[in-house]
Amino acid sequence: MEHSHAALATVHAVSYLRFIVLFPLLGVLFNIFAGPRVGRRAINLVSPGVVLLSFFFSFAALLQLPPGGALVDTVYTWITAGRLQVDFALRVDPLSATMILIVTGVGFLIHVYSTGYMAHDEDVARYFAYLNLFTASMLLLVLGDNLLLLFVGWEGVGLCSYLLIGFWYTDDEKASAGKKAFIVNRIGDAGFLLGIFLLFWSLGAKGVWTLSFAEIQTHAGLLAVETVTVICLLLFVGATGKSAQIPLYVWLPDAMAGPTPVSALIHAATMVTAGIYMIARLHFLYSMAPTALAVVAIVGALTAFFAATIALVQTDIKRVLAYSTVSQLGYMFLGLGVGAYSAGVFHLMTHAFFKALLFLGAGSVIHAMSDEQDIRRMGGLKTKMPITYGTFLVACLAIAGFPGLSGFFSKDLILEETVASPHGSVVLWLIGTLTAGLTAFYMFRLLFVTFWGETRAPHEVAHHIHESPTVMTMPLVLLAVLSFIGGYFTLVPFLAPVFGGHHPAHVSALVKYLPTVAGLAGIGLAYQMYVRDPAMAERVAQRYAAVYRLLLNKYYVDELYDRFVVQPVVAASQWLWRVWDTVIIDGTVNGTAQTVAANGLLLRLWQTGNVQVYALSFLLGAMVILGYYLW
Amino acid sequence: MITPPPVNWLSLLPGLILTVTGLLILFWDLWMKPEERRLLAWLGFIGFVAAGIVSVLLWGRNESAFNGMLALDAYALFFNVIFCVVGAMTILMSVHYLETVEIQPGEYYALLLFATVGMVVMAAATDLIVIFLGLETMSIAVYVLAGMWIRRLQSSEAALKYFLLGAFASGFFLYGIALLYGATGSVQLDKIATAATTGGVSSLFLVGIALLIVGFGFKVAAAPFHVWTPDVYEGAPTTVTAFMAVGVKAAAFAAFARVFLHTFGSLHAEWEGILWVLAVLTMTVGNITALVQRNIKRMLAYSSIAHAGYLLIAMVAGRDLGGAALLYYLVAYGVMTLGAFGVVLAVGRQGEPNEEVSDYIGLGLRYPVLGAAMTVFMLSLTGVPPLVGFTGKFYIFSAAVQAGYIWLAVLGVLNSVISAYYYIRVVVNMYMYEEGGKTIEALSARPALVTAILLAAVATVFMGVFPSASISLAKESFLPPG
Repeated sequence: MEHSHAALATVHAVSYLRFIVLFPLLGVLFNIFAGPRVGRRAINLVSPGVVLLSFFFSFAALLQLPPGGALVDTVYTWITAGRLQVDFALRVDPLSATMILIVTGVGFLIHVYSTGYMAHDEDVARYFAYLNLFTASMLLLVLGDNLLLLFVGWEGVGLCSYLLIGFWYTDDEKASAGKKAFIVNRIGDAGFLLGIFLLFWSLGAKGVWTLSFAEIQTHAGLLAVETVTVICLLLFVGATGKSAQIPLYVWLPDAMAGPTPVSALIHAATMVTAGIYMIARLHFLYSMAPTALAVVAIVGALTAFFAATIALVQTDIKRVLAYSTVSQLGYMFLGLGVGAYSAGVFHLMTHAFFKALLFLGAGSVIHAMSDEQDIRRMGGLKTKMPITYGTFLVACLAIAGFPGLSGFFSKDLILEETVASPHGSVVLWLIGTLTAGLTAFYMFRLLFVTFWGETRAPHEVAHHIHESPTVMTMPLVLLAVLSFIGGYFTLVPFLAPVFGGHHPAHVSALVKYLPTVAGLAGIGLAYQMYVRDPAMAERVAQRYAAVYRLLLNKYYVDELYDRFVVQPVVAASQWLWRVWDTVIIDGTVNGTAQTVAANGLLLRLWQTGNVQVYALSFLLGAMVILGYYLW
Repeated sequence: MITPPPVNWLSLLPGLILTVTGLLILFWDLWMKPEERRLLAWLGFIGFVAAGIVSVLLWGRNESAFNGMLALDAYALFFNVIFCVVGAMTILMSVHYLETVEIQPGEYYALLLFATVGMVVMAAATDLIVIFLGLETMSIAVYVLAGMWIRRLQSSEAALKYFLLGAFASGFFLYGIALLYGATGSVQLDKIATAATTGGVSSLFLVGIALLIVGFGFKVAAAPFHVWTPDVYEGAPTTVTAFMAVGVKAAAFAAFARVFLHTFGSLHAEWEGILWVLAVLTMTVGNITALVQRNIKRMLAYSSIAHAGYLLIAMVAGRDLGGAALLYYLVAYGVMTLGAFGVVLAVGRQGEPNEEVSDYIGLGLRYPVLGAAMTVFMLSLTGVPPLVGFTGKFYIFSAAVQAGYIWLAVLGVLNSVISAYYYIRVVVNMYMYEEGGKTIEALSARPALVTAILLAAVATVFMGVFPSASISLAKESFLPPG
């Protein structure tokens, strides 16, 4: 049991953490009420501005963080029900400090970028209202000091994700992508809620009624290992929904229907990491349940590999990135699952930098190509969009684990821990290493096909290609710098007060260097196939046609789900609708409504307006009551 | 020589402030230029605010006065604050309205203050005769207020009906007092309570209780004593309707709960059955009849009947939980109902009251703030979280469940479901249809009225999201038994 380092040593009470959440909320109000009236310039100033303010406050919190301690802002007592008291309290410790800096820092850059990207959209106030609301919810999720607040944030970000995926709701496909995301997440949330309930009740059965993380940590030792295992698995179901892991990852690729900055903020850098954060936050429970940890690690590794293979053949620039996100999240879960929590969170941070950059770069490309997303119709953008290309290259090198860039450090740390940790295994390491090679390959395939070679765009599109405006390239450059140097902010010692001291892993040279070699090999292979011998890709596809089709169709998972889950549910609902609903319920309800309305009319007759009748009914009532007492 | 009992002036202070303000208004009105009459509103407003502030300052003193006829305990002060807030809000809503319907402001504001004096007495009274005194002071002022819209025939009709039936109910109430005096030898609540616990209950005692139920049932508009409500609420000037629906009901419940939950607390088994039936009947009649109403004032009248039913559930649940839930719900009901009437006022004007539910078609799109506020009130009245109406119902129903009245809670929830139909219909009309009705303008939305509406809306949301402070205040106010 690892809850010996239970409650953090020093806790300072402060009262400014609430503003971190409050500023974006004010932005929401501003955008809803004043937005449609004040015009674009004010919206473009206020919406990123409030996030920047949150960033400053987050930074101040980081500076004031006592060593090995935490800051707590208890706003008020939220709920008192019997022996349970839930405070509306926000908590900054090294883990949440990392998260709020990512959310507000990367979030701010994406807000700025959005002002350029959405410059031609009419509904910009609604867009920023959602985006600010998302930021506030995400901050609440990571700042909340109890499970209930986390859940409020969790549902809040889910709602915003739905609203933003379907932002262009007049397009049916986009609207249904939003619905898909929402429904799939609901399935995960059901598990998540059950996990919370089980945790709450099983602690309650031991006499501890609490939802606060610190208290759960103190008393977790009271619980039986089997109970903790079930709790952790249920919570993990929620994580697979929000963080797009097998089997619930299917919504994320479709979520690319939303505006591209949204994909960068929500579906790459922040919201999808909520599951990672939640497990890291409750790491003391997972450490008690090795079985649950193993499940997390295996699901993570398999998702990483599986999604990477799909990404190999996709032709939509955002879908490649979407599958890449699923795959990279798999890495993070692998890290958590082998007990290397800080490695997982470290990769979460570096991934936020380079994946946000990749998405924003893709957005810049799409913007320039008049909304074209198919990489087969791109090519040759290198010279026309030098800043986008340069920053995209940095991001590709970072995600491919090129030595010295951020992804190299975090990914290698996870893979080393996979071997070194008592919860790890060589098989998982092997899958991870293979995935590293695949990652490098598909990322550079994307880079080469999009930016190198001759342009394959139709003339009128090619004619318009231009570098994006400064508000869009500035964030790209800043994120490129972060992607470059992000790996040197080693988070492990910083996070040690949360996850406990950690000894650096000692692994053999093979384990240490093979992932990097695999990455470099992936880059080389992509160069061979897409630059030196472009016909080769075609030949490979034909030679392994069956595999190619399988990958292109994403293993037919959507079709399988459709056949075995969606269609039966739809059929059952139709039956319920036709028979149960129309005949029985509607019959009853209409009957009731008619009866009720008829009664209403009947009762209205009582209301004759005649005062004698009123007095009579009054008297009758009085007599009945008297009769009752005198009987 | 008979020495007069010592007078505890402090305990009278809130009522005195209101009385003096009312008198000042009457006198000032005499030599005031007609165009300056608006100042009377602000004088009245200041009076309410001052009395409210004094009540807050007196908090925790727990005084008793006039040989135990009045108590200035937390319970009374809690209600004083409610009454003063209701009075002040009513004034904010009346300033412009009085001009449109041509009501004399002098008498109107003075009567508003005098009615509130009656309420203050009712909440503080620890003696049945004093309760009756307060009840009549309040009622007579309100009878007149209901009939002040002289140009409207229904207003006079409302006043007369209310007066006749009110007098009828007062008869029952007084007779009940007389019988209780016969049974226990006292009209003081603590002595009656002692008699009830020590001397057993005679059938004389029980009949006295029954008659008090009838009397209170009339004032809180519980079925079957509610029949006057729709006619009076519809006919009276809308501001008076709001004042009656909230203030009068709160005052009646203040006395009702003090007598039944505290004094007759030990006899809970004797009256809970009757009130159980009244609660169910009141909720059901209120909600079902509201379904078929087309006039929004009438709909709100039935809605207020239904809410009296929910409040009766809290009475049946009794004990500390039921009492605290009752107090909390009165506040909740007060803010959301005042707000709803405020919106009704905003869209009505002379000759064009716009009181049909169908008049609200498209309103939300043309007046986003007004529409949003009305939506908040309607959803809160339905009991949708996180608004105060939900929190209030939650406390009432959980008090009922904890006291073992599971069926009562179930019926209460079912009733809330029925009520959704007519509340939500207003919201649907405001947003879902753009044409089909006449396009009404919110011409009467003047600053004072809009302030009142917004205050109510903010309170509705705020107390729903942050219920802890107000519920603990309600608990604290109910706890010290009278």
